[in-house]
Amino acid sequence: MEITVTINGKSHTADVEPRTLLVQFIREQVGLTGTNIGCDTSSCGACSVHVDGEAAKSCTLLAVQADGCSITTIEGMAAADGTLHPMQQAFMENHGLQCGYCTPGMVMAATSLLAENPNPTEEEVRIGLEGNLCRCTGYHNIVQSVLACAKS
Amino acid sequence: MTMTDNTTGVLGQRLLRREDPALLTGEARYTSDLPIPGALHLAVLRSPYARARIVSVDTSAAAAMPGVTAVFSGADLAEAWAGPMPCAWPVTEDMKSPTHYPLAVGQANYVGDGVACVLATSATAARDAIDAIDVEYEPLEAVIDLEDALSDRVVIHDEIGTNRSYTWDLKIEESEGQVDQAFADAAYSVKERYIQQRLIPAAMEPRAVAAIPQPFGGDMTLYSATQVPHILKVMTALTLGIPEHQLRVVAPAVGGGFGSKLNVYAEELLCVALAKRTGSPVRWTETRSEGNQATIHGRGQIQDIELAADSDGRLTAVRVRLIGDMGAYLQLVTPGVPLLGAFLYAGVYELPKAYDFSCTSVFTNMTPTDAYRGAGRPEATYAIERAMDSLAAEIGIDPLELRRRNFIPTASYPYEAMTGLVYDSGDHDRAATLAADMIDYAGVRARQQTQNVPGATKRLGIGVSTYFEMCGLAPSRVLASLNYGAGGWEAATVRVLPTNKIQVVTGTAPHGQGHETAWSMIVAEKMGVSPDDVDVLHSDTAIAPLGLDTYGSRSLSVGGVAIAIACDKVIDKAKQIAAHQLEANPDDLEFSGGEFRVAGSPDRAMPLAAVAFEAFTAHNLPDGLEPNLEAHTTYDPPNFSWPFGTHMCLVEVDTETGQVDVLKYVAVDDCGNQVNPLIVDGQVHGGVVQGLAQALYEEAVYDSDGNLQTSTLAEYLVPAASDVPAIETGHTVTPSPTNQLGVKGIGEAGTIASTPAVINAVVDALSGLGVRDVPMPASPNTVWRAINEAQGGQQ
Repeated sequence: MEITVTINGKSHTADVEPRTLLVQFIREQVGLTGTNIGCDTSSCGACSVHVDGEAAKSCTLLAVQADGCSITTIEGMAAADGTLHPMQQAFMENHGLQCGYCTPGMVMAATSLLAENPNPTEEEVRIGLEGNLCRCTGYHNIVQSVLACAKS
Repeated sequence: MTMTDNTTGVLGQRLLRREDPALLTGEARYTSDLPIPGALHLAVLRSPYARARIVSVDTSAAAAMPGVTAVFSGADLAEAWAGPMPCAWPVTEDMKSPTHYPLAVGQANYVGDGVACVLATSATAARDAIDAIDVEYEPLEAVIDLEDALSDRVVIHDEIGTNRSYTWDLKIEESEGQVDQAFADAAYSVKERYIQQRLIPAAMEPRAVAAIPQPFGGDMTLYSATQVPHILKVMTALTLGIPEHQLRVVAPAVGGGFGSKLNVYAEELLCVALAKRTGSPVRWTETRSEGNQATIHGRGQIQDIELAADSDGRLTAVRVRLIGDMGAYLQLVTPGVPLLGAFLYAGVYELPKAYDFSCTSVFTNMTPTDAYRGAGRPEATYAIERAMDSLAAEIGIDPLELRRRNFIPTASYPYEAMTGLVYDSGDHDRAATLAADMIDYAGVRARQQTQNVPGATKRLGIGVSTYFEMCGLAPSRVLASLNYGAGGWEAATVRVLPTNKIQVVTGTAPHGQGHETAWSMIVAEKMGVSPDDVDVLHSDTAIAPLGLDTYGSRSLSVGGVAIAIACDKVIDKAKQIAAHQLEANPDDLEFSGGEFRVAGSPDRAMPLAAVAFEAFTAHNLPDGLEPNLEAHTTYDPPNFSWPFGTHMCLVEVDTETGQVDVLKYVAVDDCGNQVNPLIVDGQVHGGVVQGLAQALYEEAVYDSDGNLQTSTLAEYLVPAASDVPAIETGHTVTPSPTNQLGVKGIGEAGTIASTPAVINAVVDALSGLGVRDVPMPASPNTVWRAINEAQGGQQ
C-alpha cells in the first residue's frame, strides 16, 4: 500500500506491506535509526515518536495508519544548526542517560509530557513517564532532567 | 559546564559526558542500526518444550518460502563447529558440563533452546519461514525445582549421568572442627534459608549481531552488542576454528549489559559460521520475548546460612550451603558466579577463621544463568545482611548496633580476612553514621514507637545494609587460583599526536558507563591538557587489539589505572626529549600543567606540545631514543578493589493490601577517589533501582513444565519511574592504597547493597506482627501472605 508521511518536515511516499509497523517503516524504509526498538509488547517506550504533536509508541501503529500524519523523531529535535532541544540539553546537563538506548523515546515522551503539563511535580513526571522503561539510570536523573527543563 | 580551559584539577569534577550528544540525537549507531547492504537475516526456531527429544526436523517447506536462502537444523550444522560453546570457568577439576552447540542436536533442554535456523533476505521473511519448519518432538519430563534436580530423580543430560555440575568448598579453620565448636559454644545462633529468585537482566537494547565476511581476503568482521569484544574474538576463533588474526570484533554503541552481554552466544557463532558458509553478511536482532528466553538469566540460588555469635553478638562462625541453578547448560562464566560470593558471606564484619562454605550447582531445564550485575556478591550480601537482622532480633538489639559491634575496625586496615584475601581499606562506622544521619535513623525509630501500634495498618520499617563490593576482577594469579580461564589485566596505549592531541586506546568496552569522558579526564589530569583534546578509542579489536573488556566493576580500577601508568611512561619519554632540548639533566625536570620546567630555573621550560612536535619530526632527539610519543601498558593489579558503604531504606507497608511504599532511600558509597562524581551517582542510582527491583518486583517465573511465564516485558516487571523512589546519595572517600589514582569500582555497589536494605525494611515494618521473613519479590500478594501466615491465618 502506498502511504505518504511527513517525517521531521520532509515528505516520504512509500509502498509498505499492510503489516509493517510504523517503527519498522521509520527505521528500515526511511532509514532514521534513532528511534529504537526495545520490546515487542508496547511495554518499553523506546520507540516513542511524536505523531501530529503527541507522543506515541511507534510500535503500536501500523505504517498505513500514519498515512497523512506528521511525525517527529529524535532526529528532528535538535535545531538545524546543531543546537540541542532544551529537553536534550537538560538530559545532558543532568546525566539523564547512560547507555542511551531508551533516551530518544524518553526525550520524546518527556517533551510531550511538558507540552501537556508545563509545570509538573516530581510525582507527575514519574507517572507521566511510566510508559517508558530505563534500565540504567534508576530514573532519578531522568526525572531531574525533565524538572530542570520545565524550570528553564 | 564543559571544561575547555581548565587543565589541572580535572579529576573529581562533574564533567558532562562527551558520549551524550550522539546518543541524544539518534546519531549513535547500535548494532541493529548499521546499514549492511546485501545482508541475510537470521532467525532461530526455538524449542517450545523445556526438555524434548528432537525426533526429526523437516526444513523443506520453509526452504521453499519467498526470500528464504537456506534453512539449517542443528544436525545440519554439526560440522561447522570446531568445538562446543565455551565455558571459561571450570571451577573444579571434575566439573561436569554437557556438550552445548549453538543449535541443539538430539535433545532440546529449555524453552528457547535453538533447534533450527533460517537465512532470508529480510527479517520478516526469515521469521515467517521459522513457522514453516516442521519439528517432531518427543516431550520429556522437565526438571525445574533445584532440590528435585539435586536428587537426580530425572537426569537431564544422559551424557553426564547426573544433574550435579560441581561441588565447590571453602572451609577455613585454624583447627579442625572449629566451626562446629563455635556453633556448639555460641551464645546466639541463627539459621536461615533465602531464595534468590531468577532474574532477567533486560538491558534495554536487545542483543544484535552482524557478521561481515570478506570471502576472497579471508577476513571476518563481527559486530555485536557485547560487553566483551576481546573475549568474544578469542572464543569465536576457537569455537569456529577461524584464525584469530583474521577475525575483527566491533562493539558499536551498546545499550546496556549488566552481565547479560558478557557472554559468547549461539547467535554470534551462527552469524559468523553462516557468513563464512554463504559468503554474505548475516545479521540477527533479538526480539524481547526471544531475549527473555535465550539471553542468560541471573541469580537462581537457594542459600542456607548459619551465624554463630558470642554473648556480645560478635560473630564467631559462619556456615553457608548453596544450591546454584546453572540452567540447562554452562555459558561463559556460569559456574563461577556463586564462587564470587563465597568470599563475602561475612560481609564487612570481623570473623575468626571459622568459615565453612559449600556450593553444589545443578542443571535444570531453564535458560542458562550467568553473571548479572554483581554476580554472586549481591546474593552473598543479601544472605549475611538478612541474617544479621535475624541475629539482632534473636539477641534483642538494634540491627545497626549489631553491625557496629561487628564492623572491621578502621585501624585494622589493610585487613587480612579469614579467606586470606586482604581488604585494602575501609571505614564502615563513618559510612554507617553518615547514612544514619541522612535518613534520621533515631528519628525513624522514635516514629515507629508511635506509628507501629497494635492494629496499625500502615507500618513503618527501616532497613540497613552494609557491604563490600570486591571488584576489579584481578589480580590474574588470584583468578588462576579460582580456575578462571583468563587473566584480570587491562591494556592501555597513550599516544601524543604531533599537534598535542592525545589518543588513548583502552581495552575496556563501555556500554553506558561513560568511559570516554572518564578516561579523557584521567589523561587530562596526568598530561596537563584539556579533556577535549583527548580521544578515547575502544571496543574495536582492530583499533584496541588487547583488552579484557568491561564487567565486574573492573574498568576504572584496572583499565583506568592502566591509562594513568601509560601516561607516566609517555611523560618519562617526553622528559628525556625536553631535557635534551633544554640542555638539562632529565632528573632536574619537573612536569606539571602540561609543561616541563628545570627545577629552580622557571624561565627554562618546554610545553608538552613542543615536545610532541619534536618527537614527531625526530630532527633532534637524544641519541638512541625512538621518534614519537607513545606508550603501552598492560596492568595487572596487586589486589581486588574494595568499595564499601551503607545503604538505608525507609518503607511503609500497608498490612491490608501488602503494598510496600519506599518513602526514602539513602545510599552512602565509598569508592575511593572519584574521577567524575556525576557518573558515580548515576551508577549508584541505577544499581540501587536494579537491586530494589529484585526485592519488590522482578522474577523469572516458570511453571512446573518449564514454560517461562514472564517472557515479555508485559509480564516481567522491570520497574518504571513511578514504581521507584528518588535516591539520596552520600559519599565518604577512603582512597584505595593499591593504585596511584586511589580509585575503586562503583558499577555494582547499588545492586549489592539495595536488595537486603529493602527487604530488611519490609521485615522490620512487620516484625511487630511476628513476620520474620518475606520472600522476594515482595509483591503485595507475597507480603500479605507473609503477614497472614505470621498471624496464624487470622487476617
